[in-house]
Amino acid sequence: MNDLIIRHGHVIDPANQVDVVRDLFVRDGKIAAEPAPGATVVDAKGLVVTPGLIDMHVHLREPGRSDKETIETGTRGAAMGGFTSVVCMPNTSPAADNSGTIALIKQRAATVGLVNVLPAGAITKNLEGKELAPIGSLKRAGVVAISDDGYCVQNSELMRGATQYAKMFNLPVLDHCEDTNLTADAVAHEGYWNTVLGLHGWPSAAEEIIVARDVVLAELADWHIHCQHLSSAGSVRIVREAKRRGVKISAEACPHHFTLTDECLKGYDTNFKMNPPLRTQHDADALIEGLADGTIEAIASDHAPHCPYEKEVEFDKAPFGILGLETELALSLALVHKKALTLPQLVEKFTAGPARILRVNKGTLSVGTDADITLMDPAREWTYDVHQTASLSRNTPFHGWKLKGKAVMTIVAGRIVWQEKS
Amino acid sequence: MKWTRKDLTNIEELSAKEITHILDQAATFEEVGERDVKKVPALRGKTQVNLFIEPSTRTRTSFELAAHRLSADVVNITPTISSITKGETLKDTAKNLQALHADIIVIRHSSAGAPKFLADRLEASVISAGDGAHEHPTQALLDAYTIRKRKKRIAGLKVTILGDILYSRVARSNIHLLTKLGAHVTLAGPSTLVPRVFEQLGCRVIYDVEAAIADADVINLLRIQHERQRQSLFPGIGEYAAIFGLTKERFAHTKPDALIMHPGPINRGVEIDSDLADCERSVILEQVTHGLAVRMAVLYLCATANMPKEAKTK
Repeated sequence: MNDLIIRHGHVIDPANQVDVVRDLFVRDGKIAAEPAPGATVVDAKGLVVTPGLIDMHVHLREPGRSDKETIETGTRGAAMGGFTSVVCMPNTSPAADNSGTIALIKQRAATVGLVNVLPAGAITKNLEGKELAPIGSLKRAGVVAISDDGYCVQNSELMRGATQYAKMFNLPVLDHCEDTNLTADAVAHEGYWNTVLGLHGWPSAAEEIIVARDVVLAELADWHIHCQHLSSAGSVRIVREAKRRGVKISAEACPHHFTLTDECLKGYDTNFKMNPPLRTQHDADALIEGLADGTIEAIASDHAPHCPYEKEVEFDKAPFGILGLETELALSLALVHKKALTLPQLVEKFTAGPARILRVNKGTLSVGTDADITLMDPAREWTYDVHQTASLSRNTPFHGWKLKGKAVMTIVAGRIVWQEKS
Repeated sequence: MKWTRKDLTNIEELSAKEITHILDQAATFEEVGERDVKKVPALRGKTQVNLFIEPSTRTRTSFELAAHRLSADVVNITPTISSITKGETLKDTAKNLQALHADIIVIRHSSAGAPKFLADRLEASVISAGDGAHEHPTQALLDAYTIRKRKKRIAGLKVTILGDILYSRVARSNIHLLTKLGAHVTLAGPSTLVPRVFEQLGCRVIYDVEAAIADADVINLLRIQHERQRQSLFPGIGEYAAIFGLTKERFAHTKPDALIMHPGPINRGVEIDSDLADCERSVILEQVTHGLAVRMAVLYLCATANMPKEAKTK
């Protein structure tokens, strides 16, 4: 089956520069030029219809920490957030540094996953930054990228090797940019608020040094390094300058980094503790500017579930990270509402942008591609209630926030995997 | 004024009026320590738990004696005998203290924000005895008490704090308190330990020690804390003593009535010349004595502010 006629929607497909009200057809799970006879009709009048959204940075915690999240619950949250594909990071237990673990993730995703799960494999064995992981075998097992997310490879010779080696397999190298010598014991942006609060400072330079290194290594290896979750104005500047010179470098931003600032830490609420840390308004503005001028090509959540008992501890003892999948779209639509980005620009950050970085044939409504489609109402006002989340965890700073804009239907390969209860 | 806070976790949120109220209350308690019978029944029947997750002798002893002088019952929990070392979370520790009906928790913790964490979750009064590099409110109060007693005022005085400011909770509490009461605060020490960002807290930051102490009414020396320093921040104790230590020569060029303060424990020959520590302008031991009166005041005010409404109206 999987035949649909999506009627009268405002179709925004940045990959094809489409921005028009029209019908969209799905036949046998693919985007089609003509309607299939007997297809199910979906009324999309007043809604925006986009390629299925891609979140290129999530933690699904399976295998190893199924108390925090599973592939089943994580992908359900993704569907609720309007996402049809997620890239899951390899810091599982065991780490996704071998084809067996990748096979397990893919098999679980095929069985219980609501949306497409695109695994990222490790750069180094056990994410230890010492020896290369079997990157070729990981590619054969189905990874779309490699990353040591959370454990930035400090050794530049090793990172150079990884980048050159990954080029053979057409795999982008995703880097969590952090000079760990500069972040020993650090838990909060180094500036005014960490000084007042007595929290160990995490200088922007810790990120910027690695972003700059990655620019140099991307040039040296003539291959693509993607900087994950940029948080500082300086990083945006470095990436912008490098892109202008044609260096194969790209970057993503997370909604929390352009929505919140380090002032939020003043109550020591660990739901504001992330890696990299929340920084200043100046940094948040620079990220938005970077999104607007194309320096930052993707928005990703860094969805990082942690159990309540792990988060409800002293600030410096809490793990980094927050939930993101269900609030991400609305927090990003705020940029459209305040006219920092156009709606097609924003949609691109969730579709054509990440698809281009990952070299996957997704994030488009081209005829013949998988019918991954998101229907959203950018004007819908709603309140985020973490007790209604699909996640097994509750670590969000956005509980109770009044948000504007929401996915209302998520379609994967022509199948409606989630829709808002009317 | 009426005291309305059950907790004292920082100086930052106090008003100048509240700070003065604590100091005035301390003055009434100071005399108790000089009596033969050093005890008043102000907190009779109250239970105080000294929860010292981070080791401390001086502050714990001071809080313990203060509680005894107010007739409270006191128990001490130290890292070696606490369940924290067995993996218990601070939240569970808090719940257990609640179950024991503790009225006052005095907490010393290596994590900034830990006192607030407890205060947000407990009906008991929570008093900070120092949290990480955040604040050490009773130390700032006893420093202010000492300054006020010696100088008869705080407003308009020039106070120089010298040493490791970056990691110092004593510095932060002192900065908040002194600026609220109208003193002018100068910070000095190695640039790596006295970052410019402190100017945003209303302080002057300079790296020339002679200039920093030249016109000071009070010189507050902080201990260089070897255990918290990384070697990248300053070259070593010897260099610190040579460049930043309060030597006799440097002290000779200060105002004739400038006071020397130190929260202790002192490192003789490092941040302060040994003879200077014992000289008549050093008020280091007065600070210790005043600490008792100030802590009695804080315990008394917070614990009685916390009394249930029915008990108050009786």
